[in-house]
Amino acid sequence: MGNQSFLFIVFIVIQLILTTHSLYFHIRETERKCFIEEIPDQTLVIGKYKVELFDAATNTYLPSTPGIGMHVEVKDPEEKIVLSKLYTSEGRFTFTSHTPGEHVICLYSNSTAWFGGQQLRVHLDIDIGEHAVDYQQISAKEKLTELQLRVRQLLDQVEQISKEQSYQRYREERFRATSESTNQRVLWWSIAQLLILVIAGFWQMRHLKGFFEAKKLV
Amino acid sequence: MLGLSLPTFLISIIFLLKQIGASELTFELPDNAKECFHEKLKVGSKFTLEYQVVTGGNYDVDLELKSPSEKILYKETKKQYDQIEKTVEEDGVYVFCFSNEFSTITHKVIYIDWKVDGDPEHEISGPGPKVAAGALTMIESNVARIHENLEQAIDYQTHHRLREATGRARAEDLRERVQIWSLGQFILIIIVAIGTVLLLRSFFTDRRTGSSMAWNR
Repeated sequence: MGNQSFLFIVFIVIQLILTTHSLYFHIRETERKCFIEEIPDQTLVIGKYKVELFDAATNTYLPSTPGIGMHVEVKDPEEKIVLSKLYTSEGRFTFTSHTPGEHVICLYSNSTAWFGGQQLRVHLDIDIGEHAVDYQQISAKEKLTELQLRVRQLLDQVEQISKEQSYQRYREERFRATSESTNQRVLWWSIAQLLILVIAGFWQMRHLKGFFEAKKLV
Repeated sequence: MLGLSLPTFLISIIFLLKQIGASELTFELPDNAKECFHEKLKVGSKFTLEYQVVTGGNYDVDLELKSPSEKILYKETKKQYDQIEKTVEEDGVYVFCFSNEFSTITHKVIYIDWKVDGDPEHEISGPGPKVAAGALTMIESNVARIHENLEQAIDYQTHHRLREATGRARAEDLRERVQIWSLGQFILIIIVAIGTVLLLRSFFTDRRTGSSMAWNR
């Protein structure tokens, strides 16, 4: 039992050391970078990031400067703020979606500069749904065999697929509503324009007839 | 207990030493902008980059993929969707840049799927401890196949979702434009009708001598 937990601890430590390889990009201190995630209902999203500051002296990016924090702001499809927290230079944020649709995840540093500023290197990894599940951790915690773990993974995948299917149905409904609304608008505006043309024509004739009669031309 | 956990532990270590990398991001690329992403890769690993333009203009974007030695591995202009699979031949930082510099007004929403060699955190694959031969191995291989097929299904779902998003954005945009332009035309008809009458009146009023609208000389 002691051996098991020791191995588990060493395992986690090594994992923490080696999780620094991910996609990264550069932004200025005052810039705001947003990512859009279109997700179904009740989906777990885990984001991990790491910020490094550019050091002009050594011409490299230095990790973990204290004082540099990243503000993470997540908005749901109705523009309501789901998560708005300030994290340190290396952080992990989690949220679960309550409405299906486009969620916007924005990152910006808590810099006090007005514009410009130094360059920041941001490593980012966003995992959604079944990608957010850490199977190594589950296997260590619940002591599952490899086969059990695999079946667990299949269950998670199937759940994600069915959630996405029902989201697809919801979206298709919205699309259909939009198309029908456009159809209605085209219909009513065409009728309105036809009527206004006829009315304008009549009004013009009547007005001019009255005008010419008054001017004794007719 | 130790006998079972040690090989599992060692195999997990082996997988951790491989590259960790699988990212799916959707971002907005403003007009005249360029967006670059970098990753450090090791020789021998393979990467796959899939991108799709979801909304915006003519649904096209430029992409350039460069190796650490500034060699251009992939360069395409104005493409909507593509999938690039390459094997890493040099150690170092690979960079790929999306460019919307050819467009002056439309900003594009781009979806990227970047996979490197599989993701040890989310993969359970591997030789694994051979607990029992024969039947169990067959179950394991079937389960592995189901897993791959489900991954494919999820991938297709994602692309279906993106195409649907493209169609839906277009439909919503059309709806707004129908409203605005119809209203504009309506108002224009009224203005033209009144304007024509006023213009006609002004012709006849000016020509008559001794009219009520006498000019002050």
